[in-house]
Amino acid sequence: MPQNLVLSFEEKTSMKLAELFASYGYKKYKMSKFEEYDLYIENKSFLKSENVIAFNDPTGKLLALKPDVTLSIAKNTADNETEPRKLFYSENVYRVSGNMHEFKEIPQLGLEYIGEVDTYSLCEVLIVAKQSLAIISDSYVLDISHMGLLIGLLEYAGLSYEVRDEITTLIGTKNSHEIRRVLSSRGVDTDLTEKIVTLSTLYGSIDKIIPLAEKLIVNETTRAAVEELKTVCNILKISGQADNINIDFSVVSDISYYNGITFRGYIEKVPGSILSGGRYDNLLKKLGKNSGAVGFAVYMDLLSYLDRDNGRYDADVLLIYNENTSAEKVFEAAAELREKGERVFASTTECKNIKYKRLVKIGEGI
Amino acid sequence: MSKMINIALPKGRLGEKVYNLFEKLGYGCPAILENSRKLVFEDEENNVRYFWVKPSDVAIYVETGVADVGVVGKDILLEQNPDVYELLDLGFGKCRMAIAGKKGEHLPTDRTVKVATKFPNIAKKYFASKSREIDIIKLNGSIELAPILGMSDVIVDIVETGTTLKENDLDVYEDIVNISARFIANKTGFRFKTQEIELMKSKIEKEIAK
Repeated sequence: MPQNLVLSFEEKTSMKLAELFASYGYKKYKMSKFEEYDLYIENKSFLKSENVIAFNDPTGKLLALKPDVTLSIAKNTADNETEPRKLFYSENVYRVSGNMHEFKEIPQLGLEYIGEVDTYSLCEVLIVAKQSLAIISDSYVLDISHMGLLIGLLEYAGLSYEVRDEITTLIGTKNSHEIRRVLSSRGVDTDLTEKIVTLSTLYGSIDKIIPLAEKLIVNETTRAAVEELKTVCNILKISGQADNINIDFSVVSDISYYNGITFRGYIEKVPGSILSGGRYDNLLKKLGKNSGAVGFAVYMDLLSYLDRDNGRYDADVLLIYNENTSAEKVFEAAAELREKGERVFASTTECKNIKYKRLVKIGEGI
Repeated sequence: MSKMINIALPKGRLGEKVYNLFEKLGYGCPAILENSRKLVFEDEENNVRYFWVKPSDVAIYVETGVADVGVVGKDILLEQNPDVYELLDLGFGKCRMAIAGKKGEHLPTDRTVKVATKFPNIAKKYFASKSREIDIIKLNGSIELAPILGMSDVIVDIVETGTTLKENDLDVYEDIVNISARFIANKTGFRFKTQEIELMKSKIEKEIAK
């Protein structure tokens, strides 16, 4: 019997993603729903929203419902990890989101690679991210960026932290007119300003963008960033994985946690990014761990945009019988239909609150 | 083949001006000019579909991806902070967000300020940046009445020419930010209709630079 009768699109996708992660050697990591509140206070800018549901445990200690999984995994890493750890998780996180700014339970599936991040491991994570998107829909894009370019250009411009944050946000919204306004008010020269503006507008395939990105090199940080991006993109191309991948430097994340490659995945018809990840050595450093890390998460709640038709029918067949039909006959008829993989609802009346594809009547006098 | 672009325009004067600009650039949709109560207009030849929506709803239509692009005042973007790309400053629909109150008086400094406004988030953020505590009175129209009747000390509102303020014996105390119309795009739409949206952006950019 086909087993996909009851599983929702989200559940099916989540199974396929877990299988994909496992096939690359990632091990499932089950976590507690709660975490010490302090962790989020110390790292609040890592979180997308600062609101956390906090409560006291029986001993009076302040706990929080997890707003994020990566922080907990990073926290539980040994200070001097010698061997790489590959973990995946499927957890609910609790965040404020949406137009009404209310707490929501958001199912998240993701993976983390913790250890020395070499070129292979980095490309592997990118390819798994790409394959995850392909599992969800045929119409997807994975956008890759390198934080080093932004960090290097802002360093070179010698801007204060406040202005750096402002520019980072503006790059995230491809807002070139405001970038020009802010930078000119800070006395940044036109050449450098235009480089930062270009960073926000560049978008396209690897072949189109890499040569243009080379023109943005101003110092060692930016040079190293472009070199790493080139290496990674080359490997993706050679392994035949460059399709549906674009380079987009407006994919920005918090500079104090993320360094190196960052990426986001988009699916047609789903507003906002459904997948988000990157290299976060800086977070581990902040937590006192001597290790590198890269990972991503898939926001499963957004799948609802693709799943409009699911659940439209409660049953495939509404099987109507009456008092002239023996119970065995009804069992037999229903079993026959189920054998063909159909969902059968047997009833003596044509129920109005059941949505069904077709009606089958058995017995005399119906 | 190029894909159809869905455009959300604000009902009213600004929207009409924007439509005229878009028509000039090859995004015409003649049906829109027929005086009807329809809200959706499609032109297969130019591959565009227009929606007329309430000005304060444009950003929501674009954020959810129902519209790929739209035109909206910066005031709405600052107030709602939607997750969209702000691709261009169109340079028209200019006005400013300002703090105003009774003529001859000034912003009270010795107590919590009562602020009447349609833009609570902008007001909160601005006064917080000055370390001032405020009480917000959220109104949906005729904001100028609030200080006249003593309901609030000041208002935070859009000032175009200042005529309404003058006629009600009010005066601008401080400017908060300059406002103009912005061309915005949905983040997913931009990725799947990149060519179409980038072409439209560059056409508009060239036209407004003239």
